[in-house]
Amino acid sequence: MINSIAWKNIWRNKLRSSVVIAAVTFGILAGVFSAGLMNGMVERRLRAAIELETSNVQLHNPKYIENKELTFAINNADGIIASLIKMPEVKAIAKRMKIMAMANTASSGTGVVVYGIEPEKEKLVSGIYKKILPGEGPYFETDRKNSIVIGQKLAEKLKLKLKSKIVITLQTVDGMMVNAAFKVVGIYKTSNSMFDEMNIFVRYNDLANLTGFNEQNAHEIAILLNDTNLSDDVAQKLTKQFPNLDVMTWKEIQPDLGITVEFLNIMLYFYVIIILLALGFGIVNTMLMVVLERIKELGMLMAVGMNKMRIFKMIMLETIYLSLTGGILGITLGIILIQIFQQHGIDLSIYGEGFSAIGYDSMIYPSIGIDYYIGTFLLVILTGIIASIYPARKALKLNPAEAVRTEI
Amino acid sequence: MNVIEIKNLEKIYDGKSVPVHAVNDINLTFEQGEFAAIVGPSGSGKTTLLNLIGGLDKPTSGEIIISGTNIGELSSSKMIDFRLNNIGFVFQAYNLIPVLTAKENVEFIMHLQGKSPAEKEARSMEMLNAVGLGDRAESRPNKLSGGQQQRVAVARALASKPQFILADEPTANLDSKSAETLLDIMGKLNKEEKITFIFSTHDQRVMKKARRVITVEDGKVVSDKKAE
Repeated sequence: MINSIAWKNIWRNKLRSSVVIAAVTFGILAGVFSAGLMNGMVERRLRAAIELETSNVQLHNPKYIENKELTFAINNADGIIASLIKMPEVKAIAKRMKIMAMANTASSGTGVVVYGIEPEKEKLVSGIYKKILPGEGPYFETDRKNSIVIGQKLAEKLKLKLKSKIVITLQTVDGMMVNAAFKVVGIYKTSNSMFDEMNIFVRYNDLANLTGFNEQNAHEIAILLNDTNLSDDVAQKLTKQFPNLDVMTWKEIQPDLGITVEFLNIMLYFYVIIILLALGFGIVNTMLMVVLERIKELGMLMAVGMNKMRIFKMIMLETIYLSLTGGILGITLGIILIQIFQQHGIDLSIYGEGFSAIGYDSMIYPSIGIDYYIGTFLLVILTGIIASIYPARKALKLNPAEAVRTEI
Repeated sequence: MNVIEIKNLEKIYDGKSVPVHAVNDINLTFEQGEFAAIVGPSGSGKTTLLNLIGGLDKPTSGEIIISGTNIGELSSSKMIDFRLNNIGFVFQAYNLIPVLTAKENVEFIMHLQGKSPAEKEARSMEMLNAVGLGDRAESRPNKLSGGQQQRVAVARALASKPQFILADEPTANLDSKSAETLLDIMGKLNKEEKITFIFSTHDQRVMKKARRVITVEDGKVVSDKKAE
């Protein structure tokens, strides 16, 4: 019955309660949608990083991590891959050569990272082939030797086009410098312009032949998992299985992204907590007015035998219902808005350069997990409880004999 | 049998310049089934006396013993429970809960007592019928006249089966006809059900109906007359 009275009490002053509910609704909507935007951006960045740059887990020769020498390779990479592919968590594996080199054209040159890849296997691990710009190449579709795929940013820098020639200068296993001309067979563009400027891809065999590298070995073994959340577990297993190799998860390969993801949840809740804190003061003010208006009624309730616990409960429930009505509306509208923009995306390409420079896509697809909605829901209840304490204490301090005779 | 015994009761308020003796050495007893009015001019101490009897205020000294319980010795929380189960209140301004129907208002006291839904339903309708409002059970207070609201307040006070009912100026806000109806209902309940009513009032109509009139002036009982 006290629940029912608390709920009905909200609607005694419809205008005032509607204003509070509207404030909570829009506050929560803003919080949820902003969280959806931030989470969507980071999720997309994470997906792109894993799909295009880091995979989930990488294996290296420990010495290679410290010094990117051509000779610091993983021996018998093919044998290791054969054993890893049997793991149920593993979706795909690719071996890579990875060499620092100079890329030169007739007009200019720049330092690059040359990846030697097996295109068909690489396709299973990396989505770079999906990022080939329209009309900018077939990727490694022909058997032509010395083909190369470069990023758009590098193409612009070196003024390269499809089928242009580019000379790569690098060191052989014997320490000799060699040059080789490659023909551009694809120009890709990811959301990370720095990545596009630095990384170029050639066939594994071409690079191994050029440098005298043992084709059984590799500098890097990239592992894509069925579930990104398994990265740490798989890395632990591999560390035990291959104690002589350096095992890194995507978080260790890109620590900035790892920290962003780690702190994202805290940041998302921090944002909604700030909003609820501000709304909480408004709710406290409203409930103080409610108590002031109902001094006579509260006095009567105390006089006829409603104990302090029940008075406190009634005011607390009223505050919670007031907050929760706005909270549920805000969360529901937030879900709807996020769903709409998840389908169509939010195009911020006018800021595309800036986003691309820090590795983020300018097309944002907001998304947020159900746990965040539940967390926000619980925080709204907590706000209601905290906001009710001061008004409820005010009510409990009333003297029933005086309160019943108060004229308002 | 004495329901209420008041011994050497005093209540002193800290006034702005000098202490105010609102109740000054009052000794009274009330028996089961009394229909008593405490009368006196404004500021005479009749409401303070009623509040002290109802345990809404603490005396400065003296004792109030209700059916053997010295209520001055009860803790604040025990006093609330004692009021709930032993004392019915009727206020001048009705003080019904506006969001509840007449029946729900009557049931509310029984809800606080922890009565079962069936018991609440039966007793609330019984009480509303007793005050002649059985047909308005589902009406909210704002749909009832002042007299009807006060009758619901009487039904609410009766619902908890109290030992006595304290009514503070129950007719002050009512027109003559409504006041007459209310007093007739309370008089009938007193005679037929032996329910004890104690009023504070300066309404002549109440005084005429009362079978005992206690006059209070300056916090003291100056006369205590019982009808023949």
